Amino acid sequence: MSLWQFIIENHSEVAQLTLEHLWLVGASMLLAIFVGVPLGIVITRVPSLNRPVLGTANVIQTIPSLALFGFLLPAPWIGARADRLAILALTLYALLPLIRNTYTGIKNIDPAIIEAGRGMGLTDRELLFKVELPLSLNVIIAGVRVATVISVGLATIAAAIGAGGLGEYIFRGLAMVNNSVILAGAIPAALMALIADLGLGWIEKSLRAW
Amino acid sequence: MRNQRQMHRPEENTAIEFRNVSYTLPNGCELLRGINLQIKRGETLVLLGRSGSGKTTTLKLINALLKPTSGVILVNGRTLNTWDVVRLRRTMGYVIQEIGLFPHLTIDKNIGLVPALENWPAERTRERIGELLEMVGLEPPMLARYPRELSGGQRQRVGVARALAADPPILLMDEPFGALDLLTRAELQREFLFLQQRLRKTVVFVTHDIRAALTLGTRIALMESGRIVALLTTQEFLNSDEPLVRQYVEALNGLPATHPGRG
Repeated sequence: MSLWQFIIENHSEVAQLTLEHLWLVGASMLLAIFVGVPLGIVITRVPSLNRPVLGTANVIQTIPSLALFGFLLPAPWIGARADRLAILALTLYALLPLIRNTYTGIKNIDPAIIEAGRGMGLTDRELLFKVELPLSLNVIIAGVRVATVISVGLATIAAAIGAGGLGEYIFRGLAMVNNSVILAGAIPAALMALIADLGLGWIEKSLRAW
Repeated sequence: MRNQRQMHRPEENTAIEFRNVSYTLPNGCELLRGINLQIKRGETLVLLGRSGSGKTTTLKLINALLKPTSGVILVNGRTLNTWDVVRLRRTMGYVIQEIGLFPHLTIDKNIGLVPALENWPAERTRERIGELLEMVGLEPPMLARYPRELSGGQRQRVGVARALAADPPILLMDEPFGALDLLTRAELQREFLFLQQRLRKTVVFVTHDIRAALTLGTRIALMESGRIVALLTTQEFLNSDEPLVRQYVEALNGLPATHPGRG
C-alpha cells in the first residue's frame, strides 16, 4: 500500500493524530514560555541564581526522553494521564532554550541604553517592559522557535507512553515493518516543524522594525 | 515641606552640593576623594579632566546611578537619600553620547517617553515635542524615524530634546558632543549656548575638551586622579598659575605660553 493511499484511506485518523500532536506541542510550549521567560528575567536580576537555574535546565536536557517519560510516570495527577505526562516532559525540555535566550537577549543589550533609561528615571518595571523586553524580544522568539522545532520531534516519542500524536504511526509502522505507515507519521510531523520554524522566523524578523 | 524650605534658605542659590564626597569601588580602588563642590542655579559647571579622572563618576553620583561611599550630596538642599530615586532622576535631564537613544522607539517616542511615564495627556505631549523639535532645530518629518536612520548630529539633538522633555531644572551632560565631527560639534555647541541663554538650566557638563569647557562653561572644575584640583571661572582659568591648569591652556594654544594672560 502506498503512502498516499494510506493517508487517504485513514484521513480522519491522520487528522486526529495531527491534532493530538499539535495539542502536545502547543500546550507544552505555552507552559514553557510562562515559566522560562520569567525565569530568564529573574536570573538577569539575581546573578547568584544564574548558574543553578541554567545548570538544572541543562541537566534536564541531557536526560534521554524515554527515560524522562519513565521517571515522571509515578508522579501523582501527572502520571494519571499520558498526555499530561508528555506535556510536562516536553515543557521541561523546552525550558533551556527559553531561559537561555531570555537571559542572553537581555544581557546583550548595550549597557549604555540601560543606563540612559535608569538615568531618565525609569523604574525597574518600566525599564523591563519598555526597554529590556522589547529589545530582546526577537532573541526570545528565536528561543521559542528552537524549542518548538525540538518539541515537535520529541513529541513523536510521547506515543511510546500512549500520549498519542503522530508518533503512533511511527511506532506502528516500525512494528509492522511498513514504511508507508512510518512516513504517514513522520511527514506530517516534519511539515509541522517546518511550518513552525518558518512562521516563528517570520515573526522574529517582523518584530524588528527598527 | 515647610521644614525643607527653611533648611535650604542659606543656600537657596545652590542647586547641587557635594560635601566631602568619596567613591571607592568594592575592590578598594578609590575613584573620587574628598570632593567638595557647590553648583549654582542656572550656571554651567564643566567637569574637565582626562579619561579616568573621575568626571563621569562625579556626574553619576548626582543622579544616584552610583552611591557615594562617604560624604553627602544635596540636590535642592535635600540630601540624596531623602529623595525618591525616580523623582530625583526625573528632575534632571541626562544626555550621554549618542548611544543613549532607545533604538526600538521612533524619535517622537524617544522624546516623549518621560512625559508618557508621567501620564501627560497626549495633546500636551504632542505640543511639547513640537516645541522641543523647534528648540533643537529638527524637522517634524524626523519624528516617525528610528534613531539608526538619523545622522550623529541629529541623534544628539534628539538626545538633548529628550533630556529637556519634562522641563527639568537640572541637565547632566556626559560628553554629549564627543562622538561628532568637528563642524557638527561646533554647531551644536553654539546652539546649546544659545539655548542655555534662554532656558537658564543648571547644567553639569562633562568633557575632556578644553575648548568645549571654555566655550560652554561659566565655571570649570578641573579633575585629576579623583580630585578637583581647581575650580575657576573660565576667565580665571585662562589666567591661572596652577601648573595643571597651565598645561591645559598651553595645550589649547599648541605652544607653551610665555605669558600667563591671553595674547
